[in-house]
Amino acid sequence: MDQGRGIVGHVRRLGRQTLDGVARLGRAMLFLLRLTPGLPVLFTRFSLVIQQIYVSGVLTLIIVLVSGAFVGMILALQGYNTLVRYDAQSSLGLLVALSLVRELGPVLTALLFAGRAGSAMTAEIGLMKATEQLAGMEMMAVDPLKRVVMPRFLAGWVSVPLLAAIFSAVGILAAYVVAVSDLGLDGGVFWSQMQSGVSVTNDIMGGVVKSVVFGLVISWIAVFEGYDARPTSEGVSLATTRTVVSSSLAVLGLDFIMTAFMLRGL
Amino acid sequence: MSVRGLSFYRDRRMIFQGLDLAIERGKVTAIMGGSGVGKTTLLNLIGGRLAPAAGGVAVDGQRVAALSRQELFALRRRMGMLFQSSALLTDLSVFENVAFPLREHTRLPEPLIRDLVLMKLELVGLRGARDLYPAELSGGMARRVGLARAISLDPMMVMYDEPFAGLDPISMGVITKLIRELNDALGMTSIVVTHDVAEACHIADYIYLLGEGRVVAEGTSAAMQASAAPEVRQFMGGLPDGPVAFHYPAGDYLADLLGS
Repeated sequence: MDQGRGIVGHVRRLGRQTLDGVARLGRAMLFLLRLTPGLPVLFTRFSLVIQQIYVSGVLTLIIVLVSGAFVGMILALQGYNTLVRYDAQSSLGLLVALSLVRELGPVLTALLFAGRAGSAMTAEIGLMKATEQLAGMEMMAVDPLKRVVMPRFLAGWVSVPLLAAIFSAVGILAAYVVAVSDLGLDGGVFWSQMQSGVSVTNDIMGGVVKSVVFGLVISWIAVFEGYDARPTSEGVSLATTRTVVSSSLAVLGLDFIMTAFMLRGL
Repeated sequence: MSVRGLSFYRDRRMIFQGLDLAIERGKVTAIMGGSGVGKTTLLNLIGGRLAPAAGGVAVDGQRVAALSRQELFALRRRMGMLFQSSALLTDLSVFENVAFPLREHTRLPEPLIRDLVLMKLELVGLRGARDLYPAELSGGMARRVGLARAISLDPMMVMYDEPFAGLDPISMGVITKLIRELNDALGMTSIVVTHDVAEACHIADYIYLLGEGRVVAEGTSAAMQASAAPEVRQFMGGLPDGPVAFHYPAGDYLADLLGS
């Protein structure tokens, strides 16, 4: 629609885009509410959820393992480089563990998951819509929200925290290998500093809470974008892009908010 | 099944206005009309995927628009639908596609499901193709699998959305034969939405011709072919110009060319 030129036109377009954005957010919220009656699928059709955990979780494992190992090794090198100036290299284990468990594990896993599994989820649901598979299911009296969307949503939600835990664990192990074999640190010091400095309630639970929230948000965005996609090839490609962009931004934004609350207390 | 005073608008554009038609039990009824007259929309209204603005559709005495989601799903279990694109689930084999409604809606033991699926596939002549995936099927085969799936719950009524579109003559003959045979053998009611005049006249017991949101003409296929009404003659004869104008509404041609 022509919205005129000049400043008035710009203001109008800005207003229209803002309204569209708010309307989309509202639709996404309603979509989440419409999903909730499908929650029993977790108990009645558990195999569907397991199948999707394999697709989105297990198949993302490789990229998470490799990235986790590299991030751990990099942290060890960089951390050592800085700590050694203050003669504090014995705290390297603690530094690596806290960085991974509190921040990098949940955030990087979420970003990798959005790119690897979230986009695939959107594309799959969008294509099922474009090829009338969802309409076909509806006409067979099968609710696609329960049969297709809910298992994927739950699987994504469950997978992210598990992958984040694996990411952090692999990262710490890789950092240990680099610290002991390459940097010549003492292995015992590496572990004991970590053991005394990492708190289960603050640090580990903080990371778990973050990754659970990220899992929820990414899966929600991914299934909503797929279900809401225009049923054409451009529509599906746009939806896939939007999944990756929106969920990455949402993850980083939410991470900031949650970190602020966790560090300062509620 | 009956449609009474049905009106439907899409983006304020009128699709149907006061549409009335009745479909007799156990017969093959063809609904014809040019592209864009809302034939597929009508099937979606019958299946309850769209809600009418006024009037309504009654299937087996139930008003579709007034049903709760649960009742609607119960009704849909008794309807089959064949989509133009076949709408097969691409991640499942032919066998699993036909088994899908059975697995979702019944708790039948596996050997029984196997027998039922093989019987349906035998009906459409594709028992040997049970292990293929939808991507490996030709258009005609995919549509036959879609048909086997549509009848897997033994519905009272099957809706066909453009079953002849884009098929070679042999596949078309196969589909035509199947629609007629399944209708008679299983005692179903069939609604065939199509713009294919020859095939529709061949299999339909009764034909409705839609245009401009209402029924333009109706009758048995013999009556339709003999009809003198200009709308019917244009459609049945495939004449490029007539009551349905060749030109999309536009301003004055000369003024348009001379303008910027």
